[in-house]
Amino acid sequence: MTAKADIHWRKTRRLTFVLIACWIFVNFGLTWFARAINEVTILGFPLGFYMAAQGTLVINLMIIWWYNRQMNKLDAQYGVEDD
Amino acid sequence: MFASLSRLQRYYLYYTVGFLAFIGALAVLERHGMPPRWIGYAFLCFTISMYALIGIVCRTADVSEYYVAGRRVPAFFNGMATGADWMSAASFIGLAGTLYLSGFQGLAYVIGWTSGFVLVALLLAPYLRRFGQYTIPDFLGARYGGNAIRLVAVAAAILASFVYVVAQIYGVGVITSRFVSLQFEIGVFVGLAGILVCSFLGGMRAVTWTQVAQYLILIVAYITPVAILSYNQTGNPVPQLVYGQVLQQVTELEERLFNSPAELEARQLYRERADLYAQKIMQLPQSLSFEREQLSAQINKLKASDAQMKDIVALERQYRDLPHDPEQARARWENAMFSAVDRSKPPVHHAEAFPGETVEEQDIMRINFLALIFCLTIGTAALPHVLTRYYTTPSVRQARESVFWSLLFIMLLYITAPAYAVFAKYEVLSHLAEIPITKLPGWVAAWAKVGLVTIEDINADGILQLAELALNPDVVVLATPEIAGMPYVVSGLVAAGGLAAALSTADGLLLTITSSLSHDVYYRIFRPDASTQLRLVISKSMLLVVAILAATVAAQKPGTILSMVSWAFSIAGSAFFPALVLGIFWERATRAGALAGMVVGTTLSIYYIIRVEFDSIPVLGISGFGMEPWFHVQSNSGGLFGVLAGFITIIVVSLITRPDPRAANFLNAIRFRNGDDQ
Repeated sequence: MTAKADIHWRKTRRLTFVLIACWIFVNFGLTWFARAINEVTILGFPLGFYMAAQGTLVINLMIIWWYNRQMNKLDAQYGVEDD
Repeated sequence: MFASLSRLQRYYLYYTVGFLAFIGALAVLERHGMPPRWIGYAFLCFTISMYALIGIVCRTADVSEYYVAGRRVPAFFNGMATGADWMSAASFIGLAGTLYLSGFQGLAYVIGWTSGFVLVALLLAPYLRRFGQYTIPDFLGARYGGNAIRLVAVAAAILASFVYVVAQIYGVGVITSRFVSLQFEIGVFVGLAGILVCSFLGGMRAVTWTQVAQYLILIVAYITPVAILSYNQTGNPVPQLVYGQVLQQVTELEERLFNSPAELEARQLYRERADLYAQKIMQLPQSLSFEREQLSAQINKLKASDAQMKDIVALERQYRDLPHDPEQARARWENAMFSAVDRSKPPVHHAEAFPGETVEEQDIMRINFLALIFCLTIGTAALPHVLTRYYTTPSVRQARESVFWSLLFIMLLYITAPAYAVFAKYEVLSHLAEIPITKLPGWVAAWAKVGLVTIEDINADGILQLAELALNPDVVVLATPEIAGMPYVVSGLVAAGGLAAALSTADGLLLTITSSLSHDVYYRIFRPDASTQLRLVISKSMLLVVAILAATVAAQKPGTILSMVSWAFSIAGSAFFPALVLGIFWERATRAGALAGMVVGTTLSIYYIIRVEFDSIPVLGISGFGMEPWFHVQSNSGGLFGVLAGFITIIVVSLITRPDPRAANFLNAIRFRNGDDQ
């Protein structure tokens, strides 16, 4: 394996694991406290309900968007061919 | 703006405008007296002939076109196709109703069915695309080597997909029989025809382009009624934004209604009824013969006293309808008892998270909520019919981007479903509860006639209490057009949307089963030298056989099979997810490890589900094997244990077996490429 490929993979892996950690925090961590954060109201919704019905979904979409953005940069930087 | 669109985008724009014009024309015709039944037929014919047209235009005799649409599907359209592929009849018709009935707890489905796409985007799609073959068993076979793993993967793919496809075809039967009043069995075969016109001639290529067309119909059909309802109730046509205020009103109404004296009385009466049934069940078989004697005595007395014929006939019918033997009596009375127990429970506030009277009960709710999210998430990221869609994009970059579009298009529906539920609940609490039964709105009676709404005035006060009302979950989406007082054309649109959701998912699943059998089993294992032409002939005949088999099973209305759909997530999740993810991210994972992990994980999931869900299997003559759930986790989240066991098994077995020297090469090829190979 070339050194370039090695660094590219290490950076990909780090990005992946950081984003997966964020994802776990939002989808499972915050959701665990849904009952507590339901006390707060946002746009008329109790916050816990809002997160489960919309907020978490939007954050998930943003995680994918960010991953794509960073990976496109990384691929360009290391000259990864894309058929 | 228009000129910047690609040719494909322009085609689908014309198509969408054409569809909207078609709806407009039908609305005008309805105003001039076109009967509802014809509107139903018009929708059915228009949509299915559109799909057939696309299917015929996309016919192909090329293997790569047939299995992966020639890898020419742009990210944006692959996103739409995945959306239609993913959203099934259950998402379209059932989800809003589930949310209506279980409030916050139902949101586990909303999170679970969407968040898996993060895992697809980050852990799977780019690597599957760079690998660039045809199926998921292909990937596992290439990574770990050997036919055994391919066969296990094929078995798991078929196990997870077949019940699922039966449920979709069943859904088609239900929709056509309800809206176009076709007989259920005929509806099922109409559905079969609708599926075959898309997939038979053109394989994945035709399925992809019909799925895009189906996505457009289903999303328009899903959002239109609730947008109109939202505009009627709040003056704002964007339901997703404004239902928070409606939710507040719902909470206020709940507080006023839940503990009114009449509600308490109705619930008390249901509790007494449940106790009565419990007593009768305990005293079987004497209680049954006692009931029989009592009824016949009553009939004789009436006959002797020259009562009205009508009363006697009614009593005689009651006598005939008594259970025939203690066995049947037990089953029937238990049902009646559970339904009474359900109605006697105090209702739950819609927005309350993890409802329960004690902290312990709340924790059980919380654990199950998270376990269900986990299971659905992992299942989403492992269902083969979704994953194969990412083989069809032109590049790795587009594969990544198409997951983004997939989630965006899917989210549109999942963000709308909770709004449906809240608007429906507001309607019920404000216009049904505490209203004299004779003055209920018309839609209640219409849906009561087909058994989706039941009303029973248990306390005989002539007024409807919440405890006296039972709604089938499907009714929320199906009846919203009528609740909002919309013309029948909107109901027809909803039916067309449900049909699109069911057909598109069935297409994707059917193709997955077919390619597992024809590509992985026949071509890869038995006849690697088969000609391209022969491979296509085998694929097409498999498709026909599997489709007819699935439709035949669906036509039997198999209750148990339908309840097994939720198993698909647990099975797919524990069979594929650990083996795929470790295969991509952990070089040390070996063939023996993966094989053991897949078998152990899947077996554990099925074992857990069966032992928690059932106590006996009459067909096999075994009984008494039911068990208490572990950590209070319900059977529909059984995959939780299967997935964890799968990961642990793969890691442990891999570490004690010899590393595979070929893994490094394979992994380099799917992780990084800079032009030398390919």
